Amino acid sequence: MTKRSSALRRYSPGLAAMLLVCAPLLTAASEPSPAPAISPPAAAAPPDDGQWTMPAKNYASTRYSELAEINEGNVKNLQVAFTFSTGVNKGQEAAPLVVGSTMYIVSPFPNIVYALDLSKSGAPIKWKYEPNPEPAAQGVACCDVVNRGAAFANGRIFFNTLDGHTIALDANTGQPVWNAHVGNINIGETITMAPLVVKGKVLVGNSGGEMGVRGWVKALDAGDGHVAWTAYNTGPDKDVLIGPDFKPHYDMDKGKDLGVTTWPPEAWKIGGGNVWGWISYDPDLNLIFHGTGNPGPWNPDLRPGDNKWTSGIFARDPDTGAAKWFYQWTPHDLHDYDGINEQILLDMNWQGKPRKVLVRPERNGYLYVLDRTTGEVLSAKPYGPVNSSKGVDLKTGRLMENPDKVTGTGKVVRDICPTASGLKDWQPSAFSPKTGLVYIPHNNLCMDEEGVEVNYIAGTPYVGMNVRMIPGPGGNRGAFTAWDIAAEKPAWSLKENFPVWSGAVVTAGDVVFYGTMDGWFKAVSAKTGDLLWQFKTSSGIIGQPITYRGPDGHQYVAVLSGVGGWAGAIVSGDLDPRDATAALGFVNAMKDLKNATTAGGTLYVFRLP
Amino acid sequence: MRCAVAVLFPVVLMLVACQREERDTRPQSALGSGEQPTPVTTLVPGGQRPSPTDNKAASFEANAFHLSEGKRLFGWFNCSGCHANGGGGMGPALMDEKWIYGSSMESIHATIRDGRPNGMPSFRDKIPDDQIWELAAFVRSLSGKAPSSAAPSRNDDMMAHPSENRMPNAATLGKSP
Ligand code: HEC
Repeated sequence: MTKRSSALRRYSPGLAAMLLVCAPLLTAASEPSPAPAISPPAAAAPPDDGQWTMPAKNYASTRYSELAEINEGNVKNLQVAFTFSTGVNKGQEAAPLVVGSTMYIVSPFPNIVYALDLSKSGAPIKWKYEPNPEPAAQGVACCDVVNRGAAFANGRIFFNTLDGHTIALDANTGQPVWNAHVGNINIGETITMAPLVVKGKVLVGNSGGEMGVRGWVKALDAGDGHVAWTAYNTGPDKDVLIGPDFKPHYDMDKGKDLGVTTWPPEAWKIGGGNVWGWISYDPDLNLIFHGTGNPGPWNPDLRPGDNKWTSGIFARDPDTGAAKWFYQWTPHDLHDYDGINEQILLDMNWQGKPRKVLVRPERNGYLYVLDRTTGEVLSAKPYGPVNSSKGVDLKTGRLMENPDKVTGTGKVVRDICPTASGLKDWQPSAFSPKTGLVYIPHNNLCMDEEGVEVNYIAGTPYVGMNVRMIPGPGGNRGAFTAWDIAAEKPAWSLKENFPVWSGAVVTAGDVVFYGTMDGWFKAVSAKTGDLLWQFKTSSGIIGQPITYRGPDGHQYVAVLSGVGGWAGAIVSGDLDPRDATAALGFVNAMKDLKNATTAGGTLYVFRLP
Repeated sequence: MRCAVAVLFPVVLMLVACQREERDTRPQSALGSGEQPTPVTTLVPGGQRPSPTDNKAASFEANAFHLSEGKRLFGWFNCSGCHANGGGGMGPALMDEKWIYGSSMESIHATIRDGRPNGMPSFRDKIPDDQIWELAAFVRSLSGKAPSSAAPSRNDDMMAHPSENRMPNAATLGKSP
């Protein structure tokens, strides 16, 4: 207990009184309950075959591996099995995939795909595919030229390129099977998300919420790449695929053509709501769940109204795209709180009743537990410092904004927590059915904002906000928090100097892996958070760690090292820290990152000796 | 007598100030006047030749009015969206001493007019030529390459960086070479 007390903070009710809704951090050393009755639905999380075929591990997005060869006791012996340079020194956010005896990785722009042969010593290159995306795409990618990974299904590798192509490759040969051009960089549209393959359809969404790009999600036929359906997240109901089946839980989301009427005239056409994050799928309910990004521009004075369907979450029928329900995390977003984070699908008893839930650590600072059949909010508790709002009204479902932190044209509002990058951004968390805990890599930052006028010029930024970020309360810019879903509070939390911009993976060996922006790859105990092992990689880590069973039958752990992304753009883009507003204000909080790490792009794979 | 000096002195000052710079009252509005070659390299086979200059460069460069217009246009045309207030973001930092395509007025003018391959849009049909020169002059001021007497001062609201007219030359950081 004492040896990790520095990592724990005592809950202080006084802080709440100061409007700083601070996550209660548990100090009791009690073990998590022995058999937590929380588990992903079997259909969305089949028994582990040792492979890693999609970034989130399974449709339930647990990022949990049943492999247990590496455990709390022996993880300290981990050593490097092999390394591989992607040849690209930009932010490496992708998750490697492992299918059979082959590992697949996608690099940031120019989005090179490598297949590595795990059955041979040193994992030599089996094939490599270069899509040669248009170089101009780099100028319209808001936050470094990242790619969040590929997906495998039916002998094919599916991935997206920054310049708006979805490509299917033969997984054995690397030959392209089809190439669909779905995004237009001339209006500022790029693609950075990892696709998800559901029932023969490749689900893809666009990025561009900082460029006035109208958000959509498309289903491409996995066979030939033709577009089966497109659902927009702003505009008339017919574009949003809202029909008779649409049954939102809360009144605020009911009405006709809200995607038009909750905007000033025509503003929905350039209003954002992009789908650049994660999609989950429940085969039993036959529903996909995807978030929607921030409304554009950031300056809220330019778009009075609730700005449907931005900063929310849709449940859709994967066959038709038809919307089933919607919930808006952040109506009329004031702070760039995209709603695109991961959704973990779990079945559990909630206040005595079995519920099918969806767990979402959201950018606005709350950890939401939703009933995924209806979109009803069961719980919304802050998992870190939040002062931009005062909580979520569970009756109306509405976020209660703090009037003191409302931004607008010509007004400088100081010390807003969390920042535009959220208490947590895209970096995905993991869930262990053994502990019942969600392992959340996240930020601890606050910001000053000043709304300014902005002209819409297609293909250029449409933001209208000067931002300047600073470290959050306590000075640690990042944290890694284990959240007890049933108890609605953290079990433990570790402070990190830099934002934790990497993903997390947790195993049946009760080990959680994540990386830091100064390059440490860490293994901590899933039960207590105790640091068990760490290894210093060549660059900062913002990638998604995975674990798999190699052709030799042993467990391996893999992660891409290479700093960048929005948080690391100061290094990957060589930005100038004298300008507090650089990289949409993130640079101000990361002034010292250039002293802590350099750009890179290297895969590290570890195993026991 | 003292009184006369006190009255005269500001008048003299004003006269001097008026002398400081001149500008065209009728700027050329035609698009794309300057089609001068702007090499993006200093390598010239057969030995270096004097780099081509455009006579517009000088008349815009040290002119306070044009510089402050350049600053306004930098926000107006969303340059700031990609380059922030000089520190960079989607586009590279413009306040440092690192130049991909050259730091001369002519090079920066060409960058803005024609775009650059890795994501700098071409503003040829969007911005009249004289305003491109104003932008080019302002871009140079971000790294201390404009006379401090003419460069604009900073926006004070967010305290983004030292004011343009106090920026040390990025290459020398204020030290004499
Ligand atoms: C959509 C984003 C975007 C916008 C808008 C934009 N730029 Fe750029 N700019 C870039 C990118 C990306 C580069 C780097 C291009 C390259 O490396 O080929 C760049 C390069 C430059 C350079 C060259 C820097 C060097 O080191 O040589 C200058 C100067 C420049 N921009 C000025 C401007 C000005 C002035 C404006 C407004 C009129 C502007 N930019 C608008 C993205 C943008």
